Amino acid sequence: MIDADARAVVAEVVARSWGRLIAVLAAPTRDLALAEDVLGDAVERALATWPRDGVPMSPEGWLLTVARRRRTDVLRSAAQRTSVPLDDADADTPAEDLPADAFPDRLLALLFVCAHPGVDPAARTPLMLQTVLGLDARRIASAFAVPVPAMAQRLVRAKRRIRDAGIAFRVPDRARWGERLPAVLEAVYGAYAVGRERGRDADLRGEALHLARLLAELLADDPEVLGLAALVHLAAAVDRPAGAAYVPLDEQDPADWDGALLAEGEAHLRRAAALGRPGRFQLEAALRSAHTARAATGSVDHEAVRRLSAALVRVSPTLGARVAHAVAVARVDGPRAGLALLDEVDAPPTFQPAAAARAALLAEAGLDATDAFASAIALTDDPAVRAWLERQARR
Amino acid sequence: MRYTLFLHYPEMSEEQLGREALEAGMEAFRAYAEALDEAGVLRSAEVLQPSTASTTVTARDGALHVQDGPFADTKDQIGGSFVIEVDGLDEALDWAGRAPSATWGAVEVRPAAVRFVDGSWRPA
Repeated sequence: MIDADARAVVAEVVARSWGRLIAVLAAPTRDLALAEDVLGDAVERALATWPRDGVPMSPEGWLLTVARRRRTDVLRSAAQRTSVPLDDADADTPAEDLPADAFPDRLLALLFVCAHPGVDPAARTPLMLQTVLGLDARRIASAFAVPVPAMAQRLVRAKRRIRDAGIAFRVPDRARWGERLPAVLEAVYGAYAVGRERGRDADLRGEALHLARLLAELLADDPEVLGLAALVHLAAAVDRPAGAAYVPLDEQDPADWDGALLAEGEAHLRRAAALGRPGRFQLEAALRSAHTARAATGSVDHEAVRRLSAALVRVSPTLGARVAHAVAVARVDGPRAGLALLDEVDAPPTFQPAAAARAALLAEAGLDATDAFASAIALTDDPAVRAWLERQARR
Repeated sequence: MRYTLFLHYPEMSEEQLGREALEAGMEAFRAYAEALDEAGVLRSAEVLQPSTASTTVTARDGALHVQDGPFADTKDQIGGSFVIEVDGLDEALDWAGRAPSATWGAVEVRPAAVRFVDGSWRPA
């Protein structure tokens, strides 16, 4: 085995198993920072020894054994006068033949811990990115457009809270999922949303897809989990690359879309629909699907879009959903019907999607849209969208 | 883990509250304490006199200052505390949510750090 190969195996194991190993190591002490430290040490040891001695039979098992030993040393050292029993519930699993997909429940528990109501909502997505996927604070800070020290501080605080407040590493009872699962879905979606909003250099699209897929594997019988996976895939499939000009979805060339991601998204959506319990993420995914179906059918079924957007407003009456509904109504009943509905939404004047929708519908109705375009442009922080709006305003 | 549940709520006199409401409240607290006790998680429970009975002391500059009234003169005051021992935060939050005063005030759930037992401080 040459050096480069062994190093590549280490990187591969870290990429696929970081979150599982963190989940197992942190569970007895609830100490995520300690788990990250000892796993980091184990990875360093692997980089030093695997090129020389060869890759062990079970790389995950090797890392876990070394990290556990290190954790015991740390906890026994004089500085740590705690009496935490290290009775890992999995201690009877011989680490030597640990499969790469072991501990699904531990991983799921970690996702629930990251999105626990006792954890600052602003820390939940960053915490998932760091503990489940192993991203460093610098990368997360850049994606969230937050200074690195501020993001590092937010993560440290959240981990300390989890340890000190006694948030258990346990999957909550099914009876509580109604109150607890939405926050998990929201945090995973947050990884996608932040990538879209902010600087495209630090795009987290791949990470959001990874988290959504992971959750869909762990909870394949929950329709909203599958709906979220569908939504993230369908949205990522049509994302424009960095620096590209903005083109509205219905005017894009379907040849530019990622067919594999679309197919994966549709597959998730079908599995979700088969469970017969619609919800917010499924409806958002179905709306996306109604638009991207144009790749196969050649046209958008605007009646279906209107029906789905009305259903979305019923289950999740956010400002964004209500503005999208007004636009969907305009596609079927004309711009004046859309404008009337937009008046009813009564969005605050700083809500950019409402301003942009109003400008477009006024122009379509042949009315004066000068002021509406001016405010939509002023509220836009994406240069590509601003350029597109400026062109529309001149038409 | 040990948690103290601090009950914060606006103080009301017996006249403001009315005889019936007062009795209903006492009955609810009796049932609550019994439920905690039966579950084997209750370590101590106290309901306090109104904060008008409080006296606050400081000795910051070396001299003893005694003042009548509570430390913080706010609308909500600490009306009592329950110390419980449970597996983790989720169980503590469940118990906190069942406290009768959660419907008219707030319950602060705070984990213990160390406690003094048999002559020395030890991890809670």
